[in-house]
Amino acid sequence: MALKDFPVDECLLQGNAACPGCPATIGLRLVLKALGKKTIMVVPACCTAVIESLYPHTSFDIPVMNIAFEAAAAGASGVEASLRQQGRTDITVVAWAGDGGTYDIGIQALSGALERGTNFIYICYNNQIYSNTGIQRSGATPYAAWTTTTVGGKNEFRKEMGEIILAHHIPYAAQTCISYPEDVYSKVTKAKNIKGPKYIEILAPCPPGWRFSMDKTVEMGRMAVDSGAWALWECENDFMTFNGKSKLILEGKIQRKPVEDWIKYQGRFGHLFKPQRDEKRLKAIEDYVDGLWERYRKCYLKK
Amino acid sequence: MMDTGNRIAAKAAIMAKPEVVAAYPITPQTTLVEAIAEHVARGEYKGEYICVESEHSAMCACIGASAAGSRTFTATSSHGLLLMHEMLHWAALARLPVVMCNINRVVGPGWNIWVDENDSISQRDTGWIQCYCSSNQEIFDTVIQSFKLAEHEKIVLPVMINLNAFILSHTSMPAEIPEQHIVDEFLGKYMPHWKSDIENPTTFGNIIGPAHYYKVRRAMHQAQLHAKKLIPQIAKEWKNASGYFHGDLLEYYKCEDAEHILISMGAIGAESKMAINELRKEGKKIGLARLRVLRPFPTEEIITLGKQADLIIIDRNISVGLEGVLFNETKAALFNTPDAKAAGFIAGLGGKDVTYKDIETMCRKAMKGTSREQEWYAMED
Repeated sequence: MALKDFPVDECLLQGNAACPGCPATIGLRLVLKALGKKTIMVVPACCTAVIESLYPHTSFDIPVMNIAFEAAAAGASGVEASLRQQGRTDITVVAWAGDGGTYDIGIQALSGALERGTNFIYICYNNQIYSNTGIQRSGATPYAAWTTTTVGGKNEFRKEMGEIILAHHIPYAAQTCISYPEDVYSKVTKAKNIKGPKYIEILAPCPPGWRFSMDKTVEMGRMAVDSGAWALWECENDFMTFNGKSKLILEGKIQRKPVEDWIKYQGRFGHLFKPQRDEKRLKAIEDYVDGLWERYRKCYLKK
Repeated sequence: MMDTGNRIAAKAAIMAKPEVVAAYPITPQTTLVEAIAEHVARGEYKGEYICVESEHSAMCACIGASAAGSRTFTATSSHGLLLMHEMLHWAALARLPVVMCNINRVVGPGWNIWVDENDSISQRDTGWIQCYCSSNQEIFDTVIQSFKLAEHEKIVLPVMINLNAFILSHTSMPAEIPEQHIVDEFLGKYMPHWKSDIENPTTFGNIIGPAHYYKVRRAMHQAQLHAKKLIPQIAKEWKNASGYFHGDLLEYYKCEDAEHILISMGAIGAESKMAINELRKEGKKIGLARLRVLRPFPTEEIITLGKQADLIIIDRNISVGLEGVLFNETKAALFNTPDAKAAGFIAGLGGKDVTYKDIETMCRKAMKGTSREQEWYAMED
């Protein structure tokens, strides 16, 4: 569906408490346009708990249930079971969690809910850090990125959550990015109409966390995809498809841009460029992304 | 029906018809969740049975289901209860009437599956109502009544029913099971006071300022205090419906003329009756007040007992660095009661057997006034 044809109704209201340029609000608007008002959202500790605004106000026009950090998928399991008992299978249950609540503290509950076949959509909005607590490293933080707990740059590479999810062989899993509204909308719409567990991860470039100007949020997501550091794909019943530029990169029809072209605009990687270029770490970053695509091609490129 | 405490608890839970049960196995609770699985397999349980991947998720799923408007049940023990700790607070603060059985078991290390009450005692400030049973009939009656109590409009708090490991969980005792329609009529269909509802969208549990939060805590406390009146009242209603009464905050045994009153809970409470009988044969004026409800704490009843008699308290738990919790809380209740006397014993930690003979020995020591203020009973063994 084209952007101009998206529903005009907004379930995320004005006056919410997000930072200017927040990618989570872009994601929430798109996701809720696709899901509509017959949706119950379960939110663990993450930036969205702040975006909701202060009690007794709320910035959501759908029911939202907050739950503890590691608990989104388990809480959603309970909501889904209850609705099934009530015969309300018309309501979509969605867990909306950050990368900390997904990659790290919430991975056990998520894996359990996927394994049990829980009929829900789990959406991870991934800004590659614990942003709500003030920019600490997570399992999604890329190698060499500055955070307040990796002051000289992270020593480890990120976890490939998408591949962990694929090992659960659920009916639908996808990766997208807030910079591609049609891609987000179509993937969420598709997930809504599939029974069983669905997982969608949305890359969400965070201006204060990544240290870039708040008017560059969308651009920063596009650059991530152009560089191959983030891939757009969907996997339906174990059938993998790459989307948009990621498809062209996979098929070798275009070359991915250097990751450096993306990270040089982010203050969190500033120490790799000043006072002098850190060639060793810059090469390691490119090698990691090369390795990722080599694996993707081996597994998913149709001969 | 002749069966174990766990299986009778499962029977009661199923007869209460929760729409959602979520549980994770742990010794010695396992036969309870297995019994529920049997009810599912036989088609007697028509609700959702979610076999989650941890106790933490069990409580989260109960919270989610309860918030979405369903009656919920779970069961756990020891480390499972401790893993739930964060979500116990959450369920209570969210005012969700989840009902749970906890099988009192030792906390490790070292691994030990016998009875000890430190697991539930360490959850006493989570806002859950806590009951302690001493027979299988009491387990059945308390589980049924707990749904009514938890869901009552003036309570809306979760309830934990505690039964001692093995002594109750795995011991067969007779229990009278009423017809299903009696339970149905007693409990009625669960009508949530609040639920996550697309027709009336609300955001539950978002950021709350100090002034509102203060009121939330106060409201929880008032609900717990109100439960002191409701627990006996609901028990009377249950007696009218089923013929069985288990429901006062304390169960009194031969207290009328007593000059010494023993206070204990759980299985020790049941064993204590035999000790009282033995001592009564010798003309000792001693009675038993078995505490059934630890939260809300029956302060007024304890004061009445303290005015009447010298108290002897046996704790199967220890607040390390202080003393037994029941002893400590009894003394706190009696702080403004002149001349009240209390002697405390720690006994049976780690599942160490406490027979009626042991209880008799402790009572004799206390009555003679030769026990220390808080004595570790039978440490020399």
